[in-house]
Amino acid sequence: MSLWEYANPVKFLNLSGRVLPWVALLSAICLVVGLIWGFFFTPDDYRMGSTVKIIYIHVPAALMAINAWFMMLVASLIWLIRRHHVSALAAKAAAPVGLVMTLIALITGAIWGQPMWGTWWAWDPRLTSFLILFQFYIGYLALWKAIENPDSAADLTSILCIVGSVFAVLSRYAVNFWNQGLHQGASLSLDKEKNVANEFYHPLLFSIAGFVFLFLVLVLIGTRSEIRIRRASVIVARKIR
Amino acid sequence: MRAVLLRDLRLAMRVGGGFGLAIMFFLIVAVLVALGVGPDVALLSDISSGILWVIALLACLLSLDRIFSLDYEDGTLDHLVIAPLPLESVVLAKATAHWLTTGLPLGLVSPLVGLMLGLPAEGYLWLVLSLALGTPALSVIGTFGAALTLGLKRGGLLLSVLILPLYVPTLIFGAEVARRGSIGIELQTPLWMLLGLSFGVVAILPFASAAVLRINLR
Repeated sequence: MSLWEYANPVKFLNLSGRVLPWVALLSAICLVVGLIWGFFFTPDDYRMGSTVKIIYIHVPAALMAINAWFMMLVASLIWLIRRHHVSALAAKAAAPVGLVMTLIALITGAIWGQPMWGTWWAWDPRLTSFLILFQFYIGYLALWKAIENPDSAADLTSILCIVGSVFAVLSRYAVNFWNQGLHQGASLSLDKEKNVANEFYHPLLFSIAGFVFLFLVLVLIGTRSEIRIRRASVIVARKIR
Repeated sequence: MRAVLLRDLRLAMRVGGGFGLAIMFFLIVAVLVALGVGPDVALLSDISSGILWVIALLACLLSLDRIFSLDYEDGTLDHLVIAPLPLESVVLAKATAHWLTTGLPLGLVSPLVGLMLGLPAEGYLWLVLSLALGTPALSVIGTFGAALTLGLKRGGLLLSVLILPLYVPTLIFGAEVARRGSIGIELQTPLWMLLGLSFGVVAILPFASAAVLRINLR
């Protein structure tokens, strides 16, 4: 009994089918608790007023945008090394979710930035690197779309994902160097004594958990449908022959 | 390896438009930028180093799909794959040929275009140097993109979408060297970063490109 057993599509479908409703429920609960608590039961910030509340969407989305790419990287490596199809399909399923998360982070950031910084957009390192991440997602998805043979598409996108990760990290530090930022430092980190004040922090944790589960749900659904599409196309191919 | 390199160079020259096309593109876009921005020399000279880098990048991009596509179509590439020469060396030779026909001439012509755009006098050396150090990275990264989009029908546009994000670090450091050079402030850090980036990319990326080629020709 090892984790790799679930690389078998049938077992994966069974397990994910059983887990999926629970994860979805958990995600819904966390999101509802986090967002309602955050939006209605926290005080306004003394400097930022009620605009601070966008943090409950902005921060988790930004977090997931990066982690989705990281998950794609791991899945791509697993595909290249162990050739498990489920892994390649999971990477494919994660990309659109990551793309949307990046977009949400950019848009909520712009909405928040307009009243707070007085501008929708600034060429700040964090903003710029998110825009670059967005382009990476688009390139990755475009490559998946463009190649017909599913196996070589999986191979090529995996390599692109690995090379892209290196360049994404490089770009992150390059833009840091290029322009000093307007964006505040990290809102959360594990090794800091004090993060944001507690009354903002607790609902934020809930909404982050909600986003993580939401990501998991979407990726599972996406992977399951990719597996089924793959099966359906095999059946169609057989019938034609 | 030398044979591949020389063959590519000869092909580029005889087909015509190997050296010339990239340079012409460079000049034309520079003129277009001047026409679009207006003849304000002060403004042009402020942005000239960045503009020159962006144009160089685009000129590089323009000729990328030629690296492999012709060889792919007439089957030469299949022979190169089964040849005793490692595919990584083939990739590197092709990237070198691409650099010699685009990056190098661009670097040589750039002072002239810089003159047109009113680049400050102290900037020329650094502009040429940054282009000379940065364009090899552009060629090698571009080779990777060309290998990825090999044999795709809508390859050209996809190639730009894939490659432009990968060009970001090179562009930032290269343009920063040129910009700092032109206004005469300390530029050690971006210069070393650019150099490190170029060397790193040249050393590592051919392996990825060769892997991609093998998958594409499977």
